[in-house]
Amino acid sequence: MALSKHIKDKLDKLRPNFPTLQALVIPALHEVQHETGMVSEDSMRDIAEFLNLPFMKVREVVTFYTMFNKKPVGKVHYQLCGNIGCWLNGSDKLMDHMEKRLKIKHGQTTPDGKYTLSKVECLGACGSGPVLQVNEDYNENLDVEKLDQLMDDVFKKIDAGENNIGRETYNPEVWP
Amino acid sequence: MMEEKILTKHINTLNCHTLDFYLANGGYNSLKKAFEIGSDAIIEEVKKSNLRGRGGAGFPTGMKWSFMPKNPVDAKGNPKPKYLVCNADEGEPGTFKDRLIMSKNPHSLIEGMVIAAKAVGACRGYIYIRGEFFKEARILQSAIDDARKKGFLGKDILGSKMDFELFVYRGAGAYICGEESALLNSLEGKRGEPRLKPPFPAQVGAFGMPTCVNNVETFAVVPYILEHGGPKFASLGTEKSGGTRLFCVSGQVERPGIYELSMRTTLRELIDIAGGVRGGKKLKAVIPGGASAPMLTATEIDIPMCFDAMMKAGTMAGSGGAIVMSEDVCIVEATSILLRFYEHESCGQCSQCREGSHWLARMFVRIEAGKGTHKDLEMIERICSNMAGQTICAFADAVTGPVLSAVRKFRSEFEDHVRQRRCPQKIASRTIDAMEIDRGRAHV
Repeated sequence: MALSKHIKDKLDKLRPNFPTLQALVIPALHEVQHETGMVSEDSMRDIAEFLNLPFMKVREVVTFYTMFNKKPVGKVHYQLCGNIGCWLNGSDKLMDHMEKRLKIKHGQTTPDGKYTLSKVECLGACGSGPVLQVNEDYNENLDVEKLDQLMDDVFKKIDAGENNIGRETYNPEVWP
Repeated sequence: MMEEKILTKHINTLNCHTLDFYLANGGYNSLKKAFEIGSDAIIEEVKKSNLRGRGGAGFPTGMKWSFMPKNPVDAKGNPKPKYLVCNADEGEPGTFKDRLIMSKNPHSLIEGMVIAAKAVGACRGYIYIRGEFFKEARILQSAIDDARKKGFLGKDILGSKMDFELFVYRGAGAYICGEESALLNSLEGKRGEPRLKPPFPAQVGAFGMPTCVNNVETFAVVPYILEHGGPKFASLGTEKSGGTRLFCVSGQVERPGIYELSMRTTLRELIDIAGGVRGGKKLKAVIPGGASAPMLTATEIDIPMCFDAMMKAGTMAGSGGAIVMSEDVCIVEATSILLRFYEHESCGQCSQCREGSHWLARMFVRIEAGKGTHKDLEMIERICSNMAGQTICAFADAVTGPVLSAVRKFRSEFEDHVRQRRCPQKIASRTIDAMEIDRGRAHV
């Protein structure tokens, strides 16, 4: 499986922005992850080939950055901040609540492949904590009630077969 | 308080992020002025303004710009390009100001960067934004596209014969990439590990070329400095730290958020402006400048939030993010949470930091669970002295700051944990269940 034409075109458009090809590794990984939900060994190889780099130069980048999913994630990736700003406002209680509702522990994916729940460290919105990132979207100032409302909405959207939950502002034509 | 606002003046207006709005309010006038007065005068004006880096280190911006080589050449005598990089990898717990600037006032950042490019002679700029800020990156990108259409970016800007291109580059979730040399490595598509200094970025920066790295807020106030003059900006702050600053207040206060205030504002005033401690509780501790600043106790908060006064008080102004903790919070647990963050984010390049942050995190979990010993407290001091100042970057110092201050200033709490073999606060808060409010509860 090679990189899709869309990704190749997009990377070609980005090429003149950087003096080296290696600088395109992270943009390429972001695009692959957007398309397939994760970064597999195969796609790392494809990127390395496309950018004329040794495989290791791509792989070492993937393992360094936490945003790249090395395993498949659910259709909706819930990332709840557990760092100090959110914790002081009760994010641990929300985490308990989500674990109970989804019947999984954080770091796991539901068996039907719909949801992944992660605990992350600081999303950079401490003033409006607790913060929950749903795919790309930030949801701020949460409490149990709002969280329930949000999870109900997401449930309905998944049921309705929506594909870009939490990715509404994505525009395939432009980077980023 | 009627204080002058620079960045947050129009923040509540609808569509304040658009170019039309920015132009209608005098936007890009400073850029025209910058082209009239030329590079040296720009740097002189910024020096006069006493603007100090808003990312955390507080380095004088004018001086940083003057370190950029005038006409760098490579070994063969060909001229080298110079780069300008904006550090928008905001990830320090307690800091969330750059996100506001980028989503509500992106053109002040762009204008500031073009002025800076004129000052240091850069031909290209990169805005390194943290990967999680999807929306902000898109707002920024469309702002850049708008600015280019109007001729504020690109070739021959406003007929000045200066070319400057600006690109958005998204990171991928690594706190350490906020360190400037790690950021440059990341920008080159490598692992974000800090580099040994010297050489400093002004000599060997992005892609091996001379590079100037500044924070979002630093760039964003530059248009104001040129419009109103350096002395005016300096007069808004203290003697050595000019201007106003975006202070972030988070944690257990009534109205957490971002407040643009003079650098003269004291920490106590800041907390009062944010509505005081939530629920009328007593203040226990404040981390004044983002998670890596040493904590202050409730009696130590009558100091101005400027770089020098904070340094004198044994802490740092850092990125201006105050994290407020009320009497309900168990300091051992709070520090343990912070350490979990540092353990996760240490890049692993230097053993002191990689191992130290890991062991500290484990020890704090143990103490919190009531399984610590008195020896542990001495051990913490020893580990910290082996970490601070021993590594390539300042991350290890950032770990030891809050840890040492917690152990020293709240020693009795640690000793209680050891002696009682449990968290005293947890038991106390359970018995007053009825009084607990939904938010801001320390223990669940």
